[in-house]
Amino acid sequence: MQSLYPPIQNGKANYDLESQKYLKLWQGPQHPGVTGNMSLELDICGDQVINCNTHVGYLHRGFEKLMERRRYINSFPLVCRICVPEPDTNEYLFVAAMEDLLGIDIPERAKWLRTLNLELSRLASYLMWMGGQAGAFGMGTIAQWCLAHRDFVLDLFEEWTGARIYHMYMTPGGVRGELPEGWTGRAEKVISAVEKLLGEIEQVFINNAIFKQRAQGLGIIEPEMIDPYAVVGPNARGSGVKRDLRKDTPYLIYDQLSFDIITESSKDAYGRFLVRWRETQQAIDLIRQIIKDMPTGGAFHITLPNVLHLKVPKGQTYVKAESTRGEYGYFLVSDGSAFPRKVTVRGPSYSHAMALLEYLAVGVNIADVAGLIVSLHTYPPEVER
Amino acid sequence: MKQLYEMLRTQYQVYDFEQRHDRLAFVSIPPEQMVGLLTCLRDIYGFSHLALMTCVDWLEESHFQLTYILRNHDGHRELVIKTFIDREHPVVDSIHHLWQHARVYQREHYEMFGVSFPGSPGMTEPMILEGWQGPPPMRRDFDTLRYCEDNYSNRDRTHSEPEAHMKATLYPED
Amino acid sequence: MEKDKIDDLEMMDLPVEEESDLGFTEWRKDEKTLLNLGLPEEERDWFCDARPQVHKKSPKIIEDFLNWARAESLWILAFGTGCGAIELRPLLTARYDISRLGMAPRPTPRQANLFMIGGYVSIKTLKRIVRSYEQMQGPKFVVAVCSCAINGGMYWDSYNTVKRIDEFIPVDVYITGCMPRPEAVLAGFDRLKQLIRAGKAEGQNLYAQNFDYYKANQKRIIKDWNMPDYNW
Repeated sequence: MQSLYPPIQNGKANYDLESQKYLKLWQGPQHPGVTGNMSLELDICGDQVINCNTHVGYLHRGFEKLMERRRYINSFPLVCRICVPEPDTNEYLFVAAMEDLLGIDIPERAKWLRTLNLELSRLASYLMWMGGQAGAFGMGTIAQWCLAHRDFVLDLFEEWTGARIYHMYMTPGGVRGELPEGWTGRAEKVISAVEKLLGEIEQVFINNAIFKQRAQGLGIIEPEMIDPYAVVGPNARGSGVKRDLRKDTPYLIYDQLSFDIITESSKDAYGRFLVRWRETQQAIDLIRQIIKDMPTGGAFHITLPNVLHLKVPKGQTYVKAESTRGEYGYFLVSDGSAFPRKVTVRGPSYSHAMALLEYLAVGVNIADVAGLIVSLHTYPPEVER
Repeated sequence: MKQLYEMLRTQYQVYDFEQRHDRLAFVSIPPEQMVGLLTCLRDIYGFSHLALMTCVDWLEESHFQLTYILRNHDGHRELVIKTFIDREHPVVDSIHHLWQHARVYQREHYEMFGVSFPGSPGMTEPMILEGWQGPPPMRRDFDTLRYCEDNYSNRDRTHSEPEAHMKATLYPED
Repeated sequence: MEKDKIDDLEMMDLPVEEESDLGFTEWRKDEKTLLNLGLPEEERDWFCDARPQVHKKSPKIIEDFLNWARAESLWILAFGTGCGAIELRPLLTARYDISRLGMAPRPTPRQANLFMIGGYVSIKTLKRIVRSYEQMQGPKFVVAVCSCAINGGMYWDSYNTVKRIDEFIPVDVYITGCMPRPEAVLAGFDRLKQLIRAGKAEGQNLYAQNFDYYKANQKRIIKDWNMPDYNW
């Protein structure tokens, strides 16, 4: 049967669409098999995908244009909404870029609180991802478990910052408020429950014969592809490349926490799942370390004069952070007025969803395309902002 | 990073070096030598990761600033390369042969700013907007509020000041 | 290879052709229709060109019974149009549990009768929303979540989002919030069920009666119109 499929070389297949042998299928925006709202235009021969074009733009709101029209403090509700499962990385980066240009330094306790916020958000985002990956391979029970535990983490956020999804907790000069009383006790209960869940996922999903058969060999990212395709985050770590921005260029207080970079050497979707599963455990360890080592007392905020008309000095800067998906970057250009001149958001899915996915989807069964999309953790709003 | 700048200055006409932190530096180059500089940085000096490519529209000075951010993973250093091109006829050499995802950035910039990169595969296909008939929207002279008012109708709103509303409901006698 | 030829053409930077604007009534019979471009008579696609019908009401007792059945078995179309979709997924877990209300997410519009528009709608998504809505079988209901669907929300000055969903498809219930808590979404569903039971959820009939108004609005905004005016 192999001779019926067109030959594939270098990720591209030689075929003639007019020959009535191939089918053009849209795995479109209204589809349970895509993360978010993007569509894949697939050319299919039998059961195998031979070409893939990604179409984005269904969620474009023109963030960068809108931010040019709003003052700095008015942009905080906007930057949250670029990445929905994990909005805190965006808030942190915008405020870090502003503080870099302003040249101010925030108090120690504010740094610890920000790191706690980022790590808890990382936990919530990884839980949602694990549910999505299991659901893409048909195992919906694990999706229900993970999303249920994520709800408890969102409850913690609601008690701390006031909102479940969009926290808007970080402001220029520090953070907005303190931890409530007794919060650390409740947080410990929630993360113990999540830890137990990770053990259950190992029994049911990682040792699952169906998942192993489907995910091993799916979407192999060779180490030589990492730099030409700008593969970042767990996608790169699943191929054995040891890169983690929290260790390479530490920001906030990551140099005071002890953790290792997690890598796997099997470059496929199975290896990426293992990397992210272990990083969830690592996030739990980091949260426990932060709660234990956080300095008690101290200011969590420095008051900036007249924050509504804050004028940031002229300059350009680039700040980056390690989010769940990889390297997130903000390039801020300021011309000395109260409005930002240009803000560019670099989402890690920019290359994963467009260039890398189009390369990796060739030769994959239709049924596994959804699993491939989720294993690369692509998220369309970052691509088109 | 200053040493790197001195070494580059022997081969290319780089100017305007600025070291922002110990791991972040800015440098500018004329657009004709830009591809040569990026190839040299990628192959010889180890700046193998293209983190971001973006464009800033300086309307007052009538040029676009194309910005490329490269990272060296061994030394964890970042170099931001700025090129200034003309705003009336924005044409720059393409770098799609150096990095695979550069063609995506170039496709987006063609649509959003109107900058053309001859040779870039799939550049004229619209990526983000569909059926867009206006000027490139990220340019500084495109007024998004006026476009909204012309094209989209709003719901009739009744504005109410929170303070006046609370006063009227809670203390109507005052 | 065809792909190389296209690259050569782009290097010469040819202008992009504009699509011509056709009238409303000649759409399906015209040979210049995008979908039937250059095809001979036998190979053309045929669309059902009947307009959407107003749903006829049965006698009162049967209609009450049918309304009760419809209200207790709303199946949601799984289409995450915007940020509001993230609060749909927790509803399906055991904590908020909309399965006890008879709701289930369905992957295809042919099996769904509740469309949840989650938040802002960009123009590209609007075309797909209209298409999915028209493919849903009646009686169908639309719930718009978040403040962006009401009046544009925080993207009030964005060039790519529509400010009122009302002009494009009929909405039965609005749920405010940014985003609304799952309890708020459940309260909105409860309100929708009350409306259905009372026989007042008339979005689908509004669409059929004012079809020309809705279509004209859609065509004004969606410039890349390659959809047939069908109603299956």
